[in-house]
Amino acid sequence: MSAEHADYLRKLKRRTRLTRALRTALFILLILAWDGAGRTGLLDPFIISSPLRVVRTVASLYRAGELFGHILTTFYETVVGFVLGTALGVLIAAVLWFVPLFERVLDPYLVVLNALPKIALGPILIVWVGAGPEAIIAMALLVSTVVTVMTVLAGFIEAGRDKMRLFETLGATRTQAFFKGVLPASVPTVMSALKISVGMSWVGVIVGEYLVSRRGLGYLIVYGGQVFKLDLVMASIVILCLLAAIMYYAVAFAEKKIGARFGRQ
Amino acid sequence: METSLRLRDLSFSYHEPRRETKAIEGLSLEVGKGEFVAIVGPSGCGKTSVLSLVAGLYAPSSGEVEVLGMPPALARKRIGYMLQRDELLEWRTIEKNVLLGLEIRRELNGETRKKAMEMLEKYGLGEFRRHYPNELSGGMRQKAALIRTLAASPELLLLDEPFSALDYQTRIGLEEEVRSIIKQGGYTALLVTHDISEAICMSDRVLVFSKRPARVKREFVTGLAGSAIERRADPGFPVLFDSIWKELKNDERGAC
Repeated sequence: MSAEHADYLRKLKRRTRLTRALRTALFILLILAWDGAGRTGLLDPFIISSPLRVVRTVASLYRAGELFGHILTTFYETVVGFVLGTALGVLIAAVLWFVPLFERVLDPYLVVLNALPKIALGPILIVWVGAGPEAIIAMALLVSTVVTVMTVLAGFIEAGRDKMRLFETLGATRTQAFFKGVLPASVPTVMSALKISVGMSWVGVIVGEYLVSRRGLGYLIVYGGQVFKLDLVMASIVILCLLAAIMYYAVAFAEKKIGARFGRQ
Repeated sequence: METSLRLRDLSFSYHEPRRETKAIEGLSLEVGKGEFVAIVGPSGCGKTSVLSLVAGLYAPSSGEVEVLGMPPALARKRIGYMLQRDELLEWRTIEKNVLLGLEIRRELNGETRKKAMEMLEKYGLGEFRRHYPNELSGGMRQKAALIRTLAASPELLLLDEPFSALDYQTRIGLEEEVRSIIKQGGYTALLVTHDISEAICMSDRVLVFSKRPARVKREFVTGLAGSAIERRADPGFPVLFDSIWKELKNDERGAC
């Protein structure tokens, strides 16, 4: 290794370390500021709660045996909404790719459905599927499916434009071209659509829980707000942050692993 | 000589909402069995359209295409098409890429697989069987694409500017390799290119196309012997180059 390269590596390492250190420092600063604002009376801890109160609230939820019930409920609804939404979205996108007539006809409908805030359909969903976990999952499904259809369909069309000539010259049917060319070539697109739809599922689930549920983190937030237990609201949001981050990183990790195999030049 | 490909009074137009473009009009040509014919012409003159018509990917507006004595749709399995870009699938190993055509035709069995693997060995890609395309150089990738085409045992090869995406050195080396593979295999080949020296180095006969709508303007029998490299050193090479160049140039002036 040349001295120049060693120097380069050293600088690179220093930069990574600096980023990590500042990240941690910012985190600690935020917690301290939050805590300090309450302690010094700058802001009323009744309204903003405090880190210590959040920890206490989580602990008392745990002692009451309610913590994991709420977490699992929300987590389960999100995963089901996310998995079903993605599967359904990819399936619909595939059908639209196979039958370009459908794609042309349905295009404006998709655009409107995508532009519409799906949350507006909440009350209708409750009437249609009932005021229970079904409505929450339906909401997550709705929010994540539409965006998946749009993204994945665009990926399919682009990959098709790219690969069709090869498959035509090899005498392939459209089905063969799809499964051997278009679908694998679209894996990176599908993976990045997953990253979007996992976030969308959280939105759908939390809104769904606001509307109908008796369990889950969304329920705790609404309930806490109604009875002015801001500690409960903050604690739920902190847990939600952690869960959403874990799920996002899991999907991002899968994207990196799988995407590399199917990556483009 | 037996004829592998015959185009008779062929015309072809393509349509866009605002215009109709006559790409080919009254084109007739023949390629004998085992012959290597090159088509050169100004860019956008409908050279690639000719290959698409021969491969049966498009239907002609009028006229007739006869491949190995039958319409292209029936001869499809006996036609091999090599594209400008190698179009190797990045998620398949070289081996799997080479077998793609056989897989699509459901002709993949022990025998055809063995034949394809022998070709990989013979043409120097044997050790890269289990590698992915992005681990290969541009020249090797295009050679893998050629083997993918040959693995399906075609009789007529259509080559659509197959070296245009490669750098100059790789191109010259590969021209010779592909020429000798095609000659040794006894394939009939129709090459489309805008590179005059490539046409002279590789083919037995060069057809100069007019600007759109395309027809054969003039025909040159190369009559040069030896490898592509040796042909470049042949005293006949610059003479041919000059004649073809003038023929193409002529057309451009006519257009202005």
